[in-house]
Order: sequence, then C-alpha cells, then structure tokens
Amino acid sequence: MATESENLESLVNRRYEHGFVTDIATESLPPGLDEDVIRAISARKNEPEFMLEWRLQAYRQWLEMREPDWAHVHYPKIDYNEISYFSAPKSDEDRPKSLDEVDPKLLETYDKLGIPLHERARLAGVAVDAVFDSVSVATTFKEKLADVGVIFCSFSEAVQEHPALVRKYLGTVVPRRDNFFAALNAAVFSDGSFVYIPKGVRCPMELSTYFRINAANTGQFERTLIIADEGSHVSYLEGCTAPMRDENQLHAAVVELVALKDAEIKYSTVQNWYPGDENGVGGIYNFVTKRGDCRGANSKISWTQVETGSAITWKYPSCLLRGENSVGEFYSVAVANNMQQADTGTKMIHIGRNTSSTIVSKGISAGRAENAYRGLVRVMPQAHGARNHTQCDSLLIGKQCGAHTFPYMEIKNPTARVEHEATTSKISADQLFYCRQRGISEEDAVNMIVNGFCKEVFKELPMEFAVEAQALLNVSLEGAVG
Amino acid sequence: MLEINNLKSRIGDSEILRGVSLSVKTGEVHAIMGPNGSGKSTLAQVVAGHEDYEVSGGSVTYDGKDLLELEPEERAREGIFLGFQYPVEIPGVNNAYLLKAAVNAKRKHQGLGEVDAFEFLKLAREKMAMLGMDPKFLNRGVNEGFSGGEKKRNEILQMAMLEPRLAILDETDSGLDIDALKAVAEGVNTLRSPDRAIVLVTHYQRLLDYIQPDFVHVLSEGRIVRSGDKSLALELEEKGYDWLREAATA
Ligand SMILES: Nc1ncnc2c1ncn2[C@@H]1O[C@H](COP(=O)(O)OP(=O)(O)OP(=O)(O)O)[C@@H](O)[C@H]1O
Ligand SMILES: [Mg+2]
Repeated sequence: MATESENLESLVNRRYEHGFVTDIATESLPPGLDEDVIRAISARKNEPEFMLEWRLQAYRQWLEMREPDWAHVHYPKIDYNEISYFSAPKSDEDRPKSLDEVDPKLLETYDKLGIPLHERARLAGVAVDAVFDSVSVATTFKEKLADVGVIFCSFSEAVQEHPALVRKYLGTVVPRRDNFFAALNAAVFSDGSFVYIPKGVRCPMELSTYFRINAANTGQFERTLIIADEGSHVSYLEGCTAPMRDENQLHAAVVELVALKDAEIKYSTVQNWYPGDENGVGGIYNFVTKRGDCRGANSKISWTQVETGSAITWKYPSCLLRGENSVGEFYSVAVANNMQQADTGTKMIHIGRNTSSTIVSKGISAGRAENAYRGLVRVMPQAHGARNHTQCDSLLIGKQCGAHTFPYMEIKNPTARVEHEATTSKISADQLFYCRQRGISEEDAVNMIVNGFCKEVFKELPMEFAVEAQALLNVSLEGAVG
Repeated sequence: MLEINNLKSRIGDSEILRGVSLSVKTGEVHAIMGPNGSGKSTLAQVVAGHEDYEVSGGSVTYDGKDLLELEPEERAREGIFLGFQYPVEIPGVNNAYLLKAAVNAKRKHQGLGEVDAFEFLKLAREKMAMLGMDPKFLNRGVNEGFSGGEKKRNEILQMAMLEPRLAILDETDSGLDIDALKAVAEGVNTLRSPDRAIVLVTHYQRLLDYIQPDFVHVLSEGRIVRSGDKSLALELEEKGYDWLREAATA
C-alpha cells in the first residue's frame, strides 16, 4: 500500500531526472577518480599543500582497500568511476523561482512537519536570492559566536582561516584508512562544517539554528570536525526533518568529534533522506563514519539520532572513552519502512579508568523493512571500573518486517560492569482496537504508541527538534498499518 | 436507542451468537448475565465493532442508523463506550495522553475545539477522586502494570470523562474489592440519566444491589433465553443457570 509520503516523494522525484550539471567549461569535473582529479579538487579549493598531501595519501590507501561486504544490507555494486567528484552547485535557472512553483504536496509535508515558513523555500530548493535575506540573520549569529571566540564555519573556510587547528585535529579521530568509505571521503571530500569551542566557553546557542539557515547542499562527501577545548560545552544539530533529496545516491560522510578535559559535546541528528519508492528505487545509500573521542578526563560525548530516511543506512556513531571518568552516550531511533534497510548501532570503546557508557536504541520496522542493531562494547585491559548499560528495543508494525539485534561484548578487564537488555514488541490488534473504541483513529493510535516507544530518545533532543522529530515519525509511518 | 435484531456472529468456523435480539431505550439500565462462554463479551465486541467477529446475520441499529456500517472509532465518537473485560496494556503511552486524545477525538466529532489542558486535568482529578484513584495513575503507561482492579477503575475513569450515551460494561465488577465496587457503581449511577443507557454484563447480583437494573437478560449458548426484571437476577443467584438451559432445550 502506497503511503502519502511516498506519493509525495515520487512527485518530487521529477526533478531527479534533470541529473546534475556536468558542464566542464564551468566548474564541474567529469566523472572518474585518479590523482589528477584530487589535485584538481584541492586546487579549486585553493588548499594549502598539507591538505593536498593528506588527500593523496588517503587516495592511495583507498586504492588498496576493499569495499566491505555486510551480511544485513544489500545494494547493487557502485562504480566509483561513474561518480563526478566535484560538481558545481545547481544553477539558479534550474530552480523554482518561488514557492508557487513548488509541488503543493511537498509544501503539505512541510506543513505537517511544522517547518517554519521562512525555511520552506530553501528546503524546496528555491533559488536562494529569492528566499529571504539570509545574510543578515547569519551575520547576527556569527557576531554573537565571535564574541565568545567560537569558530563555526564551513570546512573550506576553516582550511583557509584556521589551518593550524585543522592540521592538528583532522583525521585524529577517524584516520584516513579507518574504513573504505572513510578513506574515500578523506580523498575527495567536498565540504562540511568546522566548529571550535575555546577553553571554558559554553556555546551560547544551539548550533543547529545557524546551521539550518546556512546549510548549502554540502554534497555527497561531507566532512565535519568539532573540537571542544577544555571545560567547554556545545550542542550541535545536523540534518533536518524535511524530506531531503539528492541527485547523488551514494553518501559517505565523516564526522569527527574531539572533547578535551571536562568538555562536553552533544551531537544530534535528525535525518530524513529520500528512502526510495516502495521498491527501494532511487533511495540514498548512506554510509557514514561518525566517531567521538573523549580525549580528556571527565569529558562527555553524547550522540542522539532519529533516522527515518535512506534506502540503506549504515552507520555507527561511536565513542572512544580515553579520558578518566569520561562518558559516552548513544540514543537512537531508527525507522525502516517499505524496502528500507537500516544497519545501525554504536561502538563504545572503554580505554580510561572509570569510564561509563549508555546505549539506548529503539528500532521500528514496518512494511517489509529490515532493521538491524549492532552494538559493540569493548573494555580494554587498563579500563578499571568501566560501566556500560545497553537497552535495545524493537517495535514491529505488521507481519512482514524484521528486527535483528547483534550485541558484541569484548570485556578484557574483570572489574567492568556491563548490562544488556533487549525487548521486541509488536503493535497488537488489541491495542489498536482499544484505542479505536475510545474514538482515536488507527493512524493516531499507531503514532501514539510509536511516540511512547521513542520517548526516552526524544527527550534527549533539543526541544524544538523533539517536536519535529515526532511529527517526522508520524509522517514516515503513515499507512504503515491497515 | 440500540436495536439488536436476530444478530448472528461467528469467529472462524464457530457460530457464537446465534440470533440475539435486544432492545435498549434511553434511560434504561440492562443487565446481561449468563454462563461462561455463552457469548456476552462477543455481543459487546460486535456492538463496538471488533473486526475479528464476523457478522453473519441480523442487524444492529443505533439511533435508527445502521451501526454495523460504522468504523469502531466512529461508533465511539457517536457515544458508544465499551468497558473491556480485559483492558489491554499499552506500555509507554501515557494514561493522561490517551484520555485526552479520546476526549478530543469526540469533541472534534461534535464540532468543538480541543479541551483546555488545565480544565482537562481538573476534571480528570475530580473524577479520579470520586473513583478513589490516586492521581499518579494519570502519568503511568495505559494500564501498564495496573492490578486487575486498577484496570477496571481506569475503564470507569475513561467512561466518566467521555460521558457516553450508551455504556456497555463487560464484567467491570469482577476483581473489585468492596470499596472499588461501590466507587464504580457510583460512577455508573452518576452517568445514569434519561437520555443515556447502560448495559452491564455481570455474573454477580452484588453489583445489581448498587445499580438497580430495569431489565435482566440471560444469554446462553448465543441466545437470550430469558428476560425479566431485577427479580430474575435474584432467582439466578438462588438457582443457577441449569434450570434455564433445561427450559430452553425442552
Ligand atoms: N477470538 C476467539 N477465537 C476463538 N474462539 C473465541 C474467540 N473469542 C471468543 N471465542 C469463543 O466464543 C465463546 C463466547 O465467548 P465470550 O467471550 O463471548 O463469552 P462470555 O459469555 O463473555 O464468557 P465469560 O463469562 O467467561 O466472560 C467462547 O466459547 C469462546 O471460547
Ligand atoms: Mg466475557
């Protein structure tokens, strides 16, 4: 049964046919990957020598690596020579001139999701100049951040303006050769975000707000680096609840977080990539490497994610708990509907003494989707007094979907305390009938149960996004029952 | 108000209701009694619209409209309330949240705006006090970990908030202690009015001491085998059901 959101997606799908700009005369590079392409990318971005060297080494390492082969996700082979690694931003002529030219169905979804009016135009891809005066808003934010010394800019800008910081931290959490997709990203990444919070500073705002206003289409190989210096605090939100489409099927992003002594980073993601049609055609493949390094004592990194999109999601936000008493957290809601495949989870690596980690994973499967949770808790021999609590719950809607849980534990220190709890529940016909007998429609009943199931994770999200995330789940599961 | 005419219903291959006729008018209280497995809950579920029970014959009208045409939620919004014999648990869903959603669904149907959050809480607390329920129950998961008696009280709380026109209470008295029984009876009696009707499914005369029925029916093997006034319940208490079965098959 086709849901409304899918119908809407396939309508939006029309723009997909346009493909992307490959006019060599302007800015894009032809498809294919070799050292010349990497030199060209680096030259266009006017990068210092160390960046080019770093990219080239990553490329050489990538050539020697093999694409991983996972048991629980299936996708057609990707030809890396058919991808263009540098494409110019879409020209304004191809874009709708105003919201009047945008598919009303898409606008309806924005409405359902409660997306603020001023953001709709940008999300719908309306030519930026016609949208609103984003520059003045952005400048106000920038000034406020600069007052306290926070650096928040695009990765390209950071390479130009703060090369020493980039050089010091880039690749120190996710090394170039970490995995196949991380190596590819290191070689060809286009852009991304850079954040530096100075010692003792509590970032005065959720970096999300700024991000949502400024995020250009950062493309398929995105790189984010966040450094929280001693005693600092930052909350960062990535993504957006509006259905995001991209001409590029393959997305291989890298996110590196560094928390020094007494610092705290809260990283929240609400992702709604195009999942493909009912048969999974046209969806995004999302292979992401996200890792946080609790480098200093008493530091804390917390990942919260709500994932509803992508045809294939493969991602394991992880924490390296190196500092004494450092804390890692992972709160996740992953929804898989129709033909979606989600293979997500986390890794908590306990290295320092008295480190602790908490994992709360909520997987929802509907339609014919498969949802797998994979979690690794590793306690190294020197990690005395390490503690972990894992809670892993699955909710099934309908009879054809599945949920799989794979907890891995490697405990090499006898003082460690590790707990794992897992549950699987179904939305039962009796529950739905009970709600309907109270006058509540089946759809509202499902939403109520799903939101109840996800409560623990939603409460970790910044307030404004918790509301949007809830609306997003409701839209993603429309028509999942019945 | 409710006219059930020669209603037949089956689940799978077995016919459970084998021609039930019952007429309930506004202002009336009916009690339905009968042995275990005779089809009392089935009758209640069919009226509420449970899809597992196939209606294989007969008709049910509500205010002159064909009830069987309506979805369960539409029946509820039209004022039919079923107090379940076995209320289901919905873990994670806040009890107050469900209650509010139910109240709002009904208000919307009536063309009214959403209930004011403050008013809602005030009203819920009042009703809970009447039922001797701790307000803490508002913040628990729906029936999650409730004791048997607590679940039944929670059903009555929902009924009190929704003020249905036709309330069908399926063994709401089972498993209640004496105080709870009185509280539940008070809840039902408060609802009693000339434009509402109540159908009580029960095994015990005890409940009928508190809520005096106008009519008592005995359901046996999918049929109503005897109807009478409240003295019938007393007679059943004394003699059991066997004499009726014999009378029915004779
Ligand atoms: N889902 C079902 N599947 C199979 N049989 C069912 C189902 N529901 C009810 N029945 C059968 O229908 C018959 C009537 O059941 P019902 O629950 O209506 O009885 P009851 O009169 O309410 O009994 P009690 O007094 O024990 O509550 C029983 O024999 C029961 O086993
Ligand atoms: Mg029964």
